[in-house]
Amino acid sequence: MNLEAVLPLFIFIVIVFMIGIWAGKFVSRSDSFLQEYFLGGRSLGGFILAMTLVTTYGSASSFLSGPGTAYNEGLGWVLLSMTQLATGYFVLMVLGKRFAIVTRKYKAVTIVDFLKERYQSKWVVILSAASILIFLFSAMSAQWIGGARLVQSLTGISYLTALCIFSLAVLVYVVVGGFRAVAITDGIQGIIMFLGTLILLVAVIIAGGGVSQIMHDLAAENPNLITPFGADGSLTPAYVSSFWVLVGVGVVALPQIAVRAMSYKNTKALHRGIIISTFVVGFIMLNMHLIGVFGKAVLPGIEIGDTVMPELAQQVLPGWVAGIVLAAPMAAIMTTVNSLLLMVSSTIVKDVYLNYIRPDANNKTIRKWSMGATAIIGVIVVLMSLQPPDLIIWLNLFSMGGLEAAFIWPIILGLYWRRGTRHGAIASMLTGVISYIIFETFYPQPFGMHSVVTSMLIALIAYVSGSLLLKKETVST
Amino acid sequence: MKEKEWSDKRYKTANREAWIGVGLVIFNFIWWFGFAYGLGSKSPESYHYIFGFPAWFFFSCILGFIVMMALTVFVVKFFFKDMSLEAEEEE
Repeated sequence: MNLEAVLPLFIFIVIVFMIGIWAGKFVSRSDSFLQEYFLGGRSLGGFILAMTLVTTYGSASSFLSGPGTAYNEGLGWVLLSMTQLATGYFVLMVLGKRFAIVTRKYKAVTIVDFLKERYQSKWVVILSAASILIFLFSAMSAQWIGGARLVQSLTGISYLTALCIFSLAVLVYVVVGGFRAVAITDGIQGIIMFLGTLILLVAVIIAGGGVSQIMHDLAAENPNLITPFGADGSLTPAYVSSFWVLVGVGVVALPQIAVRAMSYKNTKALHRGIIISTFVVGFIMLNMHLIGVFGKAVLPGIEIGDTVMPELAQQVLPGWVAGIVLAAPMAAIMTTVNSLLLMVSSTIVKDVYLNYIRPDANNKTIRKWSMGATAIIGVIVVLMSLQPPDLIIWLNLFSMGGLEAAFIWPIILGLYWRRGTRHGAIASMLTGVISYIIFETFYPQPFGMHSVVTSMLIALIAYVSGSLLLKKETVST
Repeated sequence: MKEKEWSDKRYKTANREAWIGVGLVIFNFIWWFGFAYGLGSKSPESYHYIFGFPAWFFFSCILGFIVMMALTVFVVKFFFKDMSLEAEEEE
């Protein structure tokens, strides 16, 4: 470990922590606790909207595993990662103003709120809350472990201590500050991620003797590294293209992303948000994965993919700059876990507790429960992370596809297709999730594509046929 | 779902903008796929290079990003309308 690099990292954590606490004062001032705590009072401006969207989405997988895979696969993996450019404009354009208007009419604070009002069905609420809890909880644990491991590998302190430092930093400000604290710290951390990748990319290019030289070196080692097909030629066009669904357009159905599409102040904020998020997501993804590819020429022979970025930074940058750059993956993880934590807690408090257990709870009780639930979930995740399972990226991708298959049609068609009913939504969620789990386990890559594509098609058929065939109550109310 | 929730004048604009989003994605995909596999499928020895990058990569990922960025700014500035998002005050 080197102190020069660790110091900026800790200063960064402290700054984020303090800003989070500062944002907490809005919570105590607000007259509607739920709106403020879980949605920031629907007051986000364009810049913060874009940043919180991009950083929530860009997680350990894009900052550690992503460059690591690009290191091994070459430019083909950068090509694959650029499918994520679509998330920058697609989410905000497609959910867009209609989602903002409808959720305001419904006074919805969470995605489950929206689904509840739209379908008026207890089963829709139960199924959607259950999928969020199961999938986001596992995603959050994976990220949490990633965060602790990163602190551990950078500082050399024990995993347990690293876990405690990381958890304390995130937990306290999320519990106290809620959505606004999450969004504002996301904004700051987004800037760190942006600058960190830029600095490291430039440094790696210089260390490698320029782009031409690096490409030449890579081609000499393995010509496949500079083709779109991956190191052993196994990245087929169909497989890579299917990531347009998994990490491109499908992202619209992730509850932690979709909830951000109802948090902005006005259309001006939306318009700015679209432009900024497209730029930031494209820029970060392109740079981040290029760093991995270039790293192969600069620092060959790294065995563990997740360590490519930290090792490169310490190799090509002066100590204190490396510390600032390494705050970027740290930020990526923190910004993802803070949103997931709040999402899981909103599901428990708003969607389960207030819907079914205590619909008559007063403001004070709600407040106590919201903060309490957030804290307790956080502690449970920390305890689970003590015996960490491997394969961050796998767990993460699994929950991602599962949530997308569950929610894409109930959200999108629920918003735009009048004839969609609760039967369609229930059928779609069940078939989507179940078929996804079956495909992933027993028959990955049907038709050469990621299994999320097939599951979504099945879920679409289920939604449409469920809505049209079981007509009984289409015209109710 | 109540009747009036499906008849809001603002939806017409909102729907058009959502379709623009779908259109952008389709264009983005064609650009990305066409250059990557159109230029990248030949053998690496015969690749052309632009700014040091293989041409397929430059056109598909780098220029593609710039083009999408420009298109996004263009459609937002010229086709997206400002409007109130609030639920109507009456009733």
